[in-house]
Amino acid sequence: MQDLKALYEAVLNGDAKASKELTEQALAAGVSPLALVNDYMVPAMDEVGKRFECNEYFVPELLISARAMKASLELIRPLLTASGAKPLAKVAIGTVKGDLHDIGKNLVAAMLEGGGFEVLDLGVNVAPEQFVNAVREKGATVVAMSALLTTTMPSMKSTIEALKTAGVRDKVKVIIGGAPITQKYADEIGADGYSESAPGAVTLTKKQLAA
Amino acid sequence: MANRISDLLGTGPVVTDGAWGTELQARGLLSGDIPDLWNLTRPDLVGEVAHAYVEAGSQVILTNTFGANRLRLDAHGAAGQVEAINRRGVEISKSAAGNRARVFASMGPSGKLLMSGETTVAELTTAFAEQAQALADGGADAIVIETMSDLDEAKAALAAAKSSGLPVVVCMVFDAGKDKDRTMMGATPEVVARELTAAGADVIGANCGVGIERYVPVCQRLRAATDCPIWIKANAGLPVMEGGRVVYRTTPEEFACHVPALLAAGASFIGGCCGTSPAFIRAVCTKLPGR
Repeated sequence: MQDLKALYEAVLNGDAKASKELTEQALAAGVSPLALVNDYMVPAMDEVGKRFECNEYFVPELLISARAMKASLELIRPLLTASGAKPLAKVAIGTVKGDLHDIGKNLVAAMLEGGGFEVLDLGVNVAPEQFVNAVREKGATVVAMSALLTTTMPSMKSTIEALKTAGVRDKVKVIIGGAPITQKYADEIGADGYSESAPGAVTLTKKQLAA
Repeated sequence: MANRISDLLGTGPVVTDGAWGTELQARGLLSGDIPDLWNLTRPDLVGEVAHAYVEAGSQVILTNTFGANRLRLDAHGAAGQVEAINRRGVEISKSAAGNRARVFASMGPSGKLLMSGETTVAELTTAFAEQAQALADGGADAIVIETMSDLDEAKAALAAAKSSGLPVVVCMVFDAGKDKDRTMMGATPEVVARELTAAGADVIGANCGVGIERYVPVCQRLRAATDCPIWIKANAGLPVMEGGRVVYRTTPEEFACHVPALLAAGASFIGGCCGTSPAFIRAVCTKLPGR
């Protein structure tokens, strides 16, 4: 059988075509889908994140790697579901009420998907009630909020309050991000975590769920 | 037409304006409202901001049209008003400027990412050309394409803006990488200057970002990589939250103390971005020789 290191390389280099083909071949050869994800693809995305943190990779590299990861995951996910394996967690993500910026949110969503999470993208200008519904009705266990405008940051606080009022605050982890957001602000409004980058959001979400 | 730029620079560095969004908020614009729509609904208040910058000493003022492209307005169901908003935006600034300042009309990004397939070059070109034509019809002296993070989008906007016949300034945001000297997509000042010069920009620059001091080396590097004049409009640092309110801690004097370094680094146009106000422009003016 072909060396699966090539799958790791394909994801790392953002080669979606190779990533998909190698996944097909490996699955046909009887490699466990879970092993493909955990031993090759997730480590490749971790490396992408590290390179981004070290300023070797920028947004274009993140996007193409996430795309390659997604191409393979589309083949693997049905098999995992059929075998009863659950996705890591369901993340409800959105840009908060009053804010229509979606680039940062989309990047984080792509990275979370690449990281193996099921992502429920609520879009932009998402009202607190919509986040609450995603938790109550769709079973999201992570709420990820984005804001680019300093003027819409307070919507993060009102969403956390709405989660409390609805009695679901302790059922979810709340993570936030966006250009004007800081750790201090996250602490101030009672969010569980903050990440300053899209790959960082994946690490943060995993850490939060393990806590 | 590019003569308009060299004529303007004939007497030395030019002071531009500061932020508009925060000034409009101070006059009642709510978070989540589209500032550009105020050109039609509250032209008096938009005019006040323009006038405040002229009074503060701006020789070039921009327009309240940053988000007035079809792709952004569409999200608010206002795509049908592209022409009216842009044209009116220029008229408001021109009336405040009189013969004391030039009006450079603002065009911001689409808010969509080309690379992830959210939009296409063709769609961007159509939207930007429509906006640029309305700005030219309104009587703008030049167009400023600003706050761009993606060189490909900036080039699409530049080509579209040039079709209006006006001189075009293109400035990008440098806030990524460990030295905060790259665009979000990873482009260096050298790459940006080279590619925008080749694409026909009349002025090249940097705006927004993470604070004025970071733009001194960026300015130097842009300067070294192109013969075009350099445009710098930095933020008043990064905002902090204080008791639920957004505060920019940099004072006008702290901001202005970096102006001599920017001039030495080769900046020809200097102003401010997020968090700056007419007070910042007054402080910048005190640092310019002969003003």
